[in-house]
Amino acid sequence: MTPDLSAARRTIRGGLVLMTLGLLAAAGVYILALYYTPMEARQGLAQKIFYVHAPAAWGALVAFSVVGLASILYLWLHDERLDLFAASSAEVGIAFSMVMLTTGPIWGKTVWGTWWTWDARLTLTLFLFFLFVAYLALRAAVPDRGERARFSAVVGIMGLVLVPFIHLSVYLFRTLHPQPVLLKPSAPSMPPEMLRTLLSGMGAFTLLYLGFVMVRYGIACAANVRGESSNAV
Amino acid sequence: MPDMLRLAFAIAAKDIRLELRSRTALLSAIVFSALVLVVFNFARDPTALAAIDLAPSVLWITFAFGAVIALNRAFYVERENAALDGILMAPVPRSALYVGKLLANLAFVGVVEAVALPLFVLFFNVSMGHALPGILGVTALATVGFVAVGTIFSAMVVRTRFAELMLPVLLLPFMVPPLVGAVQVTARLLAGRPLSEMEGWLRLLTAYDIVFVTLCILVFPAVVDE
Amino acid sequence: MTAPADAPLLEGRGLTRAFGALQALRGVDLAVRGGELVAIAGPNGAGKTTLLRILAGLMRPTAGEVLVHGRRLTRSEPGPRRAIGLLSHQTFLYDDLTPAENLQFAAQLYGLPDAAAAVRTALDEVGLSARAATPVRHLSRGLLQRAAIARALLHRPDILLLDEPFTGLDAPAAERFRTLLRAQLAAGRALVLVSHHLAEVWALATRVAVLADGRWALELDRPGDLAAFHARYGELVDA
Repeated sequence: MTPDLSAARRTIRGGLVLMTLGLLAAAGVYILALYYTPMEARQGLAQKIFYVHAPAAWGALVAFSVVGLASILYLWLHDERLDLFAASSAEVGIAFSMVMLTTGPIWGKTVWGTWWTWDARLTLTLFLFFLFVAYLALRAAVPDRGERARFSAVVGIMGLVLVPFIHLSVYLFRTLHPQPVLLKPSAPSMPPEMLRTLLSGMGAFTLLYLGFVMVRYGIACAANVRGESSNAV
Repeated sequence: MPDMLRLAFAIAAKDIRLELRSRTALLSAIVFSALVLVVFNFARDPTALAAIDLAPSVLWITFAFGAVIALNRAFYVERENAALDGILMAPVPRSALYVGKLLANLAFVGVVEAVALPLFVLFFNVSMGHALPGILGVTALATVGFVAVGTIFSAMVVRTRFAELMLPVLLLPFMVPPLVGAVQVTARLLAGRPLSEMEGWLRLLTAYDIVFVTLCILVFPAVVDE
Repeated sequence: MTAPADAPLLEGRGLTRAFGALQALRGVDLAVRGGELVAIAGPNGAGKTTLLRILAGLMRPTAGEVLVHGRRLTRSEPGPRRAIGLLSHQTFLYDDLTPAENLQFAAQLYGLPDAAAAVRTALDEVGLSARAATPVRHLSRGLLQRAAIARALLHRPDILLLDEPFTGLDAPAAERFRTLLRAQLAAGRALVLVSHHLAEVWALATRVAVLADGRWALELDRPGDLAAFHARYGELVDA
C-alpha cells in the first residue's frame, strides 16, 4: 500500500474512533437532557430539543469557519489537501445545519405555534446552509480539480466575510422591528444543570464534527491518490 | 494606479462597445425587468395592500432579477476565441480587469434600473417626487454591492456547466444584505421618514460596498489565473 | 537588472506542471536567444501546449520559473509580459468588433504610446487595411489569420510563441508565413514554435527538440537531415 493510502486509512480509522466517541457522548447528552436537567417552566418537554438544536448550530458554525480558514490557507499555500479538508468540512457542515433547521421549526411549532421566525441564530444558520449549498454545487459543476479548488476557496472566503453582514442585517432588522425573543433558553441566567447539559451537548457535537470530517477527509484523500474524485470532494 | 484605471476604463469601454453592437444581453434584461413588474402588478390585490407598502420590495426584486440577467454576459463575451487569454497575457494587472468589468456591469445594470424605475412608477402609481434623489442614491449604493460580487461570480460560473443556474445560486445569499438595506431605506424614503432612521442601513450598505469591492479585487486573480 | 548582451531572451528553468496526479511537465529547461527559432515537436499529450502556456504567462508552473530578459515572469509584475506575443489557433479577437477596433484595444492593453499609428502599421503589414472596418465575424479564414497575426505582433514582442501556426495554410500562405518568420528572426526576435509539421520550418529552425511525456526526449542543434530526424522521431514515439 502506498504511504498516502495508508495515511488516509489511518485518518479514517481515527475519525471512526472519534465518531463513535461522539455518538456515545451524544447518547449521554440525551440521557442528561431527559433525566438530569430540570424541566423548563413554560415550554415543558419540548424545550429539550434545545440540547440538540443549539449544538447543531454550533457545529455548523464551526464547520463554516473551518471552510473559510482552510480556503484562506489554500490560496496562500496551494496545498491540495487544504482544499479537500475544506470540502469535507462543508459536507459535514451542511448536515449539521440541516439538523438545526429541522429541529428549529419542530421546536417553534410545538411551543409557540409558528414554524419559523427570523431570529438571529435561525437566520444565520439558514444562510450558512445556503452558502454550503452554493459551495458544494459549485464544486460539482467544475470538472477541473485545480480550478475547482481555487473557485471553492474564493467562495469560502467570501462566505466568511458575508457572515458579519448577515448578522448586522438581522440585528438592524430586529432593533427596528422588535420581535418576541424566541428560541432562546430562559434568560437571563440558566440553571447550572442546563448549562452543563448544553456544554456537554456542544462537546459531543464537536467530537462528532471532528470524527465526521476526518472520515470524510480520509475518504477524499484515498480517492485522490487513486486519481478518482469522491463526489463533490 | 493611474495605469490601472486607464486599463480598467479601456476594458469597460470595450465591453460597452461590444454590448452596443450586439445588444442581446441588455435587451433581454430590460424586457425581463418589465415582465417582472407586469407580473407583480397583476399578482397583487389592489384592495388588500396599498401600493406604497409593497413598492420597495417589488422595485428591488425587479432590480435584483434584472441584474442577475445582465451579469451573466460579463465574462461570456470573453469566451469567444479565448479573448480572455489575450487580456491575461498582456501586462494588465488583474485588478484592472476586475474593475473594468465591474464598471461595465454597473453601466449595464444601471441602464436596466433606469428603464425599470420609470416603468415601476408608471405601473404602481407611486409618487416619488421628494424621495427621488434619495432613491437614486441608495440605488447606486446597493447596486455597487451586489454587482461587485456578481462580477467575480460571473467570472467563475462562465467556465462551469449550468452557468446561468450557478450564478443565482452563488449570488443570492450575497445579495441579501444590500437588498434588505436598500428596501428598508427605500421604504423610509417613500414614507418621508427622517435620515436618522436610515443611518444604520446606510452604514451597512457603505461598509458592504467597501469591504466586498476590496475583497473581490484581492481574490480575483485566483479566479482568472491558472 | 540588465542581462548581459548574449543572454537568452527567454528562459525556462525546471518547468514542472502537475494536474492533480497527472504530471504534464517534468522539469523542462529551455533557453532561446534573439534570432533563434526553437521548433518543438512531440506526440499528443506530451505537454507542448502546457509548456507554451507557461512560457506565455497564462499558466503558473507547479515548480520552476520563466525568465524574460532575465526577469522572472510572475503574476504580480505585469512588465515582462510586454515582451511576449502568442499566436495560437485561438485568435483572441472579438467577433463583433472590427480588426481595427480589436487592434486598438490590444494597443491599449499593451500601453502603446501612439496607438492609432501602431494599428495602422499593423493592418498595413498584414494587408488588412481594406477590410479594417468589417466585423471579424464576417472575415474569411485567411483574413482572420492575418488579423490574428497583426494582433500578436502589434506590440513588437521580442519573444514570439507559436502554436501549430501552419495548420490549415495552403502552400502559398505557408511560404508567406515563413517569410514573416524570417523577418522576425532577422529583427532579433526569439521564436518558439510548436508544430506537428516540422518539415515546414525545418530550414528556419536553429534547434529542434522533441517533448515526450513531459520531458525532452531529443534535442538537435542546427538540425541536419530531415529524413534521418524523422527516423529517430519515429523510434522515439513508437518506444
